[in-house]
Amino acid sequence: MADGASQALQMSRDELRRAYRRMKTIRMFEERVEKEFAAGNIPGFAHVYIGQEASGVGVCHDLTDEDYIGSTHRGHGHCIAKGCDVKGMMLEIMGKAGGLCHGKGGSMHIADLSKGMLGANAIVGGSPPIAVGAALTAKMRKNGRVSVAFSGDGASNQGTTFEAMNMAVVLKVPAIFVFENNGYGEHTAASYAVGAPSIAERARSFGLMADCVDGSDFFAVVDGMRRALDRARSEGLPYALETTCTRHLGHFVGDPQPYRTPDELAAARAVDPIKNFRARVTDVKLLDLAELDGIDAEIAAEIEDAAQAALAAPFPDLSTLETDVYSRY
Amino acid sequence: MPKKSYRQAINEAIRQEMRRDPNVIVLGEDVAGGQGSSGGPGKVGSVFGVLAGLYDEFGADRVLDTPITESAIIGTAGGAAMTGLRPIAEIMFADFVGVCFDQIYNQAAKFRYMFGGRAKTPLVIRTTIGAGFRAGAQHSQTLHPLFTMVPGLKVVMPANAYDAKGLMIEAIRDDDPVVFLESKLLYDSDGEVPDEPYRVPFGEANVLREGKDVTVIGTGFMVARAAQVAAELAKSGIQCEVIDPRTTSPFDEDTLIESVQKTGRLVVVDESPPRCGLAADISSIVAEKAFKALKAPIRKVTCPHTPVPFAPNLEDEYMPNPRRIEAAIREVLAA
Repeated sequence: MADGASQALQMSRDELRRAYRRMKTIRMFEERVEKEFAAGNIPGFAHVYIGQEASGVGVCHDLTDEDYIGSTHRGHGHCIAKGCDVKGMMLEIMGKAGGLCHGKGGSMHIADLSKGMLGANAIVGGSPPIAVGAALTAKMRKNGRVSVAFSGDGASNQGTTFEAMNMAVVLKVPAIFVFENNGYGEHTAASYAVGAPSIAERARSFGLMADCVDGSDFFAVVDGMRRALDRARSEGLPYALETTCTRHLGHFVGDPQPYRTPDELAAARAVDPIKNFRARVTDVKLLDLAELDGIDAEIAAEIEDAAQAALAAPFPDLSTLETDVYSRY
Repeated sequence: MPKKSYRQAINEAIRQEMRRDPNVIVLGEDVAGGQGSSGGPGKVGSVFGVLAGLYDEFGADRVLDTPITESAIIGTAGGAAMTGLRPIAEIMFADFVGVCFDQIYNQAAKFRYMFGGRAKTPLVIRTTIGAGFRAGAQHSQTLHPLFTMVPGLKVVMPANAYDAKGLMIEAIRDDDPVVFLESKLLYDSDGEVPDEPYRVPFGEANVLREGKDVTVIGTGFMVARAAQVAAELAKSGIQCEVIDPRTTSPFDEDTLIESVQKTGRLVVVDESPPRCGLAADISSIVAEKAFKALKAPIRKVTCPHTPVPFAPNLEDEYMPNPRRIEAAIREVLAA
């Protein structure tokens, strides 16, 4: 495996800028979600992706709008990595008219089929079978698309996930199972709840090729995904990729995390994919700090704009309560 | 008009739609049968033979045998539907939805609404219902109330061969998830079924027999039982109006209300337990919308609040039978 510095050198500046922009957009979007949640502007609850940015952005780096992803309850990062509009997302998370799902989905159900984003999913293990279905469509149409199922370490234990992996092997479809192992399923450690030696190891036992990469290293994730994509696009076969990450915050926004020691939390937060990326690309002098800071300023303005638009937007009209249950009834 | 069985009618509908639209696929356990076996695939055509011959005509790409993993079957079908195919997924017995209900009611049924109308899920879930098959508690249930109460699902219960074909074609062309409930005891029943494709619309009840004395409504296999009792009672001058709603979601309230306005009496025959079931639902609709027309309390003829028993005599008593249906009709007439 090539090291990060040499991989960075193989990417164009535009690619690196796009990757950085996406990771930093996720970080700042999620920080704003925390803030708006604390201010009482977000109904329900929210799960943020802070600390895991390199995983989602690395996985989606070589995907197009035509490829599919299915996501999780912690899906904001996947949406942004797949190119969903941040204003539409912020509106949706606040339950406003004009949101990506017209305010009927919310944080855990954001979808944008025009971007191949088949939905965040509030059921742990909900997405893998659905992603297999999208991969089946790609196989039937022979269009070279692939389908990615994002799951966490928690969903790696679900029967639906096992069924989906077996089904993908049996039907020979280009499905990629990405397991973002952030060390915790809700408030229980993966070291306790994942009974297998590793998630990738267990996936391998289902007959998939599988690999595990450092999910805090964007370049390692891209590298792992390229092996997965090679298998999926050229051979039409499934693959599993475990990305090890750290969750900088609690399970949900406001989780006081009594189950994690201050030392553990500090260590988790010290693993920062964005700091890591900045150091790597500036070390090899592909991007400089001033340019990265300039991107930060642009993103800050974009997030501010999205948040202000969402705060100002009306809730959906009550006349929409009973629309779109069916195409026709 | 040619006579065909209920089973053949469904087969013909699926075959004709697969010829018409390359996006239509079939998946499930043993829908071809024999994959990986010494005898080779395609010999089964689903356990009740409904899909006989489809593998030979359409091949393994469109008739997909799956492992016995219902969540993955329905999830795969839902994901394929959302991305452009029109899958027909088979769950061998309705009882098995217990292991995949999340993918039905939390996923496929909700895509459209949750995603603000931006998703389309043209999915047909075929499954079999009904006691009377001596199959015990986990292969005999009639679970239409479970599906009917889920917003986003359409629920179809064909009661004869003609409807089975037309409703299946309608289901395949529909852009929403449709649960298609096949009555096991009707598979061998014959009826007149045109060779050409035709559609029977959802939400339009079939009035099998007109009558002025009492309205009798039933679904699936119970339609035949209600009609049989009505024919017997006609000999003694009792005129029953027999209604088959064909689909429980959408449900044709207008035809039912109009009938009760005329007869003033209602018997609901439903093969499922009495609580929170379709009979209770239909009774509440009539109580709300035609209360003043009622000359007698509504009578429900349902299964008892028990699992389906195995012993043949117990199972026969479990199902609404002609004796209980006739007694209910006579009771509302006497009131």
